[in-house]
Amino acid sequence: MSTLTVIYGLLFYGATAMLVLGVANRIRTYAKAPAPLKIPTTPAPLTASGVRWRMAREVVFFESLFKSSMWTWIFGWLFHVTLLLVTLRHLRYFQEPVWLPVQLVQPLGIMAGFAMVAALGGLWARRWLVDRVRYISTPSDHLMLLLLLAIGLSGLTMRFVAHTDIIALKAFVLGLMRFNWQPLPADPVLLVHLTLVVLLMIIFPISKLLHAPGVFFSPTRNQADNAREVRHISAWAAALDKKA
Amino acid sequence: MATAKFEIPTLKRYPVIPLVQVGAMSHIKSFPAAGPIQKTLGFPEALVDDWQDKAIAKMGEMLGKYRSLQVYMDACVHCGACSDKCHYFLGTGDPKNMPVARQDLMRKVYRRYFTFAGKYFPKLVGAVDLTREVLDDWYNYYYQCSECRRCSVFCPYGIDTAEITMAAREIMDSVGLGQKYTNEIIGKVHTIGNNLGMPGPALKNTLEGLEEDTKDDTGLDIKFPLDVKGVDVLLVTPSADFFAEPHIESMIGYAKVFHASGISWTLSSHASEAGNFGMFIGNYEQMRNIALRVREAALELGVKRIVVGECGHAWRVAYSFWNTLIGPFDFLDPRYPVPQHICEFTDGLIQRGALKFDKEANDSRIITFHDSCNVARGSRMGNMPGGQFVIPRRIITSVANHFYDMAPETIHESTFCCGGGGGLLTDDLMELRVKGALPRTQALKQVVDDHGVNFMAMICAICKSQFTKVLPHYGFDMSMVGGVHQLVSKAIRLGDK
Repeated sequence: MSTLTVIYGLLFYGATAMLVLGVANRIRTYAKAPAPLKIPTTPAPLTASGVRWRMAREVVFFESLFKSSMWTWIFGWLFHVTLLLVTLRHLRYFQEPVWLPVQLVQPLGIMAGFAMVAALGGLWARRWLVDRVRYISTPSDHLMLLLLLAIGLSGLTMRFVAHTDIIALKAFVLGLMRFNWQPLPADPVLLVHLTLVVLLMIIFPISKLLHAPGVFFSPTRNQADNAREVRHISAWAAALDKKA
Repeated sequence: MATAKFEIPTLKRYPVIPLVQVGAMSHIKSFPAAGPIQKTLGFPEALVDDWQDKAIAKMGEMLGKYRSLQVYMDACVHCGACSDKCHYFLGTGDPKNMPVARQDLMRKVYRRYFTFAGKYFPKLVGAVDLTREVLDDWYNYYYQCSECRRCSVFCPYGIDTAEITMAAREIMDSVGLGQKYTNEIIGKVHTIGNNLGMPGPALKNTLEGLEEDTKDDTGLDIKFPLDVKGVDVLLVTPSADFFAEPHIESMIGYAKVFHASGISWTLSSHASEAGNFGMFIGNYEQMRNIALRVREAALELGVKRIVVGECGHAWRVAYSFWNTLIGPFDFLDPRYPVPQHICEFTDGLIQRGALKFDKEANDSRIITFHDSCNVARGSRMGNMPGGQFVIPRRIITSVANHFYDMAPETIHESTFCCGGGGGLLTDDLMELRVKGALPRTQALKQVVDDHGVNFMAMICAICKSQFTKVLPHYGFDMSMVGGVHQLVSKAIRLGDK
C-alpha cells in the first residue's frame, strides 16, 4: 500500500466524518433554538402541507431568488442543478453494479460539467461587475467560487484532456467504502481534484454553505400562517406566563 | 429642532438603482436615550464599562433563544438578491443600508466570536472584533432600518433583516445604548398609558369633543364610548387616532361604522394604545407587558371581541403575536377571530349588506392604496393568504368610485415602507425619512401623472404621520394622505336606518 493511498484514504475518512458530524451539529443547533414568535413572511400558507409546498418551490426552483434578481437566479439555479447532475454522474464511482438512473445521467452529467463552470463564471463575474455585490464580497466569497471552479475544471480536464485510470479510481473508492483499501492512481490532476473535494467537504459545515440545511429552518419560510387559530409558544416564553 | 440641510432626491419617471456611495448616511444618528429613559425600561442608564463582554454574552443568549437569528447569521451567501430591495438604500445609496450589509454589521461580529472560521481566519471571512467603532456603526445603521421585511420577501433563504435589527437593538439596550425616540415612547406607555402620553381624563375630554363635532357634522348622536363594561367590542387603536390629522378622520369612521351596525363598543383608558414599540427594540418582555394591558382591559370590561384600529405594526403584533404573548383568548366569543382588524370588521358588515354607502360622496377623490409593510408582510386579514391586500381595497371600492393601484412591484408583499416605521419616526432622522420615502413617492407620482390620483389611503398611523410630513418635500400636498376609514366615514349612510 503506497503512502499516497494511505494519505488520501485517511483524508477522505476524516473529511467525511467532519462533513457529517459538522452538519449534524449545526442542524442540532438550529433545531434546538426555539422560534418564540410567529414570523412567516406573509402572504404565507395557512397549513403545514402548504408550507411543505412553499419550501419545495423554494428549494427546487429558488422561487424567492427568481422574484428578486434574474441574473443571479439564472446563474445560481443553473449552478445548483448542474452540480446535482454532476454529483449524480459521479455516483458511478460508488456503486457496483451502477444504478440505471445513474447510467442514464452520464451523458447529461458531462454537459452539466460545462454548464456548471459557465454558471460559476457568471456568479463570479457578478462579484466584480455589480458594485453592490462587489461591496459585500469577502475574500472567502471569492475563494469559494474559485474552489468550485477549480474542482469543475480539474474534473473536465480529466474527462477531455488528460484521462485518468478510472477503473483503478473506482476500485480505490469502493475499497474505502468496503474497508478493503485499493491503490489510488498517482495522477496529478486527479490528486488536485480529490484534494479540492476534500477541502470542500471540510469547509462545508463551517462556512456559508450552511445555507443548504439553513433554509429548511428559516422561520419566515417554514411557519404556517395560523397565529390566530393555534397558540404558538416556546418553552422560555411559556416560563414568563408562569412567573406572572 | 434644526435639521441639517440635505438634498431632496429628484423623482424619476422610472426607478433607478443608485450606485454605491460609501458613507453617504454615516452622519445620520438618532438621539440616544438619556439615563432616566433607559432606567424606566430597566436598561442600564449609560454604556456599561464591560459593554463588550456583556454584548457578546447577550448575543450568545439571543442566538440560543431565537432560531431566526441563529439560522440567519449562518445562512447568508452574499448573493446580493436583497441589495437593491431596501428603500433606505434606494433612497440614499449608502451600502450599509443594503439589507445584506446591514446584517453583516452583526454577522462579522458573530463570525469573530462564535464561528471557527472567524476565530482563526478573521480576515478571510470578514470577521471583526466588537470595537467601539463597530458598536457606533450598529447604532447608526440598526436605527436606519424600519424592520419592514421587504428584504425577507426576496431572500432565497427568507433572511429577515428585521429579526437582526431587533436583536441588535436588544443587545445595545442591554449594555446601556438605547434610542431616545423609541424608548421614551415605551416609557410613556408604562407611566401614562399610551404612546402620545395622553392621560385618561384628557382622553375622556377628547372623545367628548369628538362626539360634539360629529354631532355638528351629522346631526346624529354618534358615541365614542370609553371604559363601558359589558359591550360587544373593545376597540384598541393607535393613540394618534384620538387627535392627530388625518388619523382622527378614521377614528370618526370607526365610530360611524359601529353606530350604523348597531354593535356596541368601547375604547379603554387602560389600553388606550394599540401600538407596541416593544417590537421595534426586539424586547420580548416589553412587548408582552405592553400587550398585557389589552388582555387586562378586555377581561375588566367583559367584552366579547377585540378589534384593532388602523395601525401597521400594532396589527402585526396583534395578529401574529398576541395569541403567543397574552393568549389564550378563551374568555372571548369563539365565533370571531381574535383579534379582528377594523377592516375585517367593516368588510364583513359590507359583505353581508349591513352598511350602505353614497359612493359619490368620495367622487372628488381619485384614490390609490399604500400597503403598509407590517400588514402586508407580517400579518393577514380574512381567511385566505393575501386577504390583507384584498380587504382594504374591497372596502375602498365599496365606498368610492375612483381607485387605481400603484405599480405591481411596489404593492402587496413588494410594497415599499413609508420610510418612517420601526422606531424611526423622529425629527432627528428627517433626512433618512425623506430619502427613504423615495421609492414609494416615485410609485405615487406615476399614478398621479397617469390617473390624476389625489388621495393615498392607508391603514397605519406611522405611515400617515410620515407621509403628511414627508410628501410636501416632494411637492405633494399633505391632504393627499388619509385612512381607509376616512373614506368610509365620508360615504357611509347613517340617518335612514
